[in-house]
Amino acid sequence: MIDTIREMLSYPFLVRAIVVGLLVSLCASLLGVSLVLKRFSMIGDGLSHVGFGALAIASVANIAPLTLAIPVCIAASFLLLRMSESTRIKGDAAIAMLSAGALAIGVMVVSMTTGMNTDVYNYMFGSILSLSSADATLSIVLSAVVLVLFVLFYPRLFAVTFDESFSRATGIPTRAYNAALATLSSITVVLGMRMMGALLISSLIIFPVLTAMRIGKKYLSVTLLSAVVAIVGFILGMVVSYVYEAPSGASIVCVNIVLFLLFAIADAIRNAVTKK
Amino acid sequence: MSLLQVQNAAFRYDGKDVVTGLNFTVEHCDYLCIVGENGSGKSTLVKGLLGLKAPHNGTITFGEGLTARQIGYLPQQKESQRDFPASVQEVVLSGTLNSLGVRPFYTREQKKNALTQIERVGMLPLKNAAFRELSGGQQQRALLARALAATKMLLILDEPIASLDPVAAADMYRLIEEINRDHGVTVVMVSHDPHAAAHEAKSVLHLENRQLFYGTSADYRKSEIGKRFLGGEGR
Repeated sequence: MIDTIREMLSYPFLVRAIVVGLLVSLCASLLGVSLVLKRFSMIGDGLSHVGFGALAIASVANIAPLTLAIPVCIAASFLLLRMSESTRIKGDAAIAMLSAGALAIGVMVVSMTTGMNTDVYNYMFGSILSLSSADATLSIVLSAVVLVLFVLFYPRLFAVTFDESFSRATGIPTRAYNAALATLSSITVVLGMRMMGALLISSLIIFPVLTAMRIGKKYLSVTLLSAVVAIVGFILGMVVSYVYEAPSGASIVCVNIVLFLLFAIADAIRNAVTKK
Repeated sequence: MSLLQVQNAAFRYDGKDVVTGLNFTVEHCDYLCIVGENGSGKSTLVKGLLGLKAPHNGTITFGEGLTARQIGYLPQQKESQRDFPASVQEVVLSGTLNSLGVRPFYTREQKKNALTQIERVGMLPLKNAAFRELSGGQQQRALLARALAATKMLLILDEPIASLDPVAAADMYRLIEEINRDHGVTVVMVSHDPHAAAHEAKSVLHLENRQLFYGTSADYRKSEIGKRFLGGEGR
């Protein structure tokens, strides 16, 4: 496997994709801890579909894809957050409606103008080749920002994730934190979409955390384990994708499924042993 | 000066009065129980005391250097917390957030304070245990320790025994009384349990969208409203 990885690293475009992919996976898995535990998993899914719609429109209108998709996704994330908090309309149904709607609009716009070309196909299922060097630079900078913010706000993020009522009472502006979480997630989703595809990006947010939660009991260990799972899943997925010439996004998700099952089995074995 | 003084306060939601005519004081070392049916304005009043909702009328004044941020708050437990991956220590440590200031990470004193509070609620042997694997009573103790980590003066407990079995509830009451008596922490407890008002607390505030009763728990047991609320229990 070392040889395969060395061979992969001899292609500059692959190196670029791997660096960006690693950073995005790391961001997604860290943000995922809060999103999943706050029951916001659906927001990641909704965002990816909105992101697809935005990218499709950008490609038709000849706008740089990320400059349109990032603001649109951030706006959508606030909307999704409001929806999930709202008790009047069913939050999950509203999110499902928005994501299907955005996807449909994207497909309509594309099919009525340029037709379903490789670009659009790539946004759906991901392609590491679609990453330009300008995109890569932007991705690296934004991922770094997400990582630094995550570390600096770690204690407060824990409090807001664990108990909003208590956090509010101690003076933490929980709404601002939710908004920040949504913004950072939108950025991560848009960046990761190029590689994973709109249909698979939310798995980067959800899988590593759920896998880590099988084994981890503390918040810190779940967070760290989730980051490790994300990185391992990404690297293995890329190798699988390279060796079998499979789409990168689907390969990474499949590796994540295997990791999840392994952790679940380990958890079951541990439970059986401790009960005896 | 009183620790907490509420004068003629009223709260509104969407232009409708939720609770009006609130007049009571909380002195140092008091143990006040706020009782009333669901929707009687208890939770709204708690939000007001915590500074999360401004009174529509009247005033809430803190004394003895207390501010709303230095209240130790034990909210009602939420479903999503039950499977949350966190250790007891992590949970209690988050109680010291109000003294974090602009620093990004906890200081050594904050960590020491957290351990002290864990010891106070008798959870030291379980400090590394997973929160989600604790019993309901143990979870509540951990959350009480978190509230204690946030305050030296005033605890506000919102239905602290709501989801506990009778044995765990009795334990919790004993612990709260001990903290109030031995450690000089003032307690304001919201409850729909008449027993708590009549026998655990020193004074009672009975709400029904307005203030029906405020006085000592002994007087409450003798009062009309107290007798009605306590049913056969009051004499």
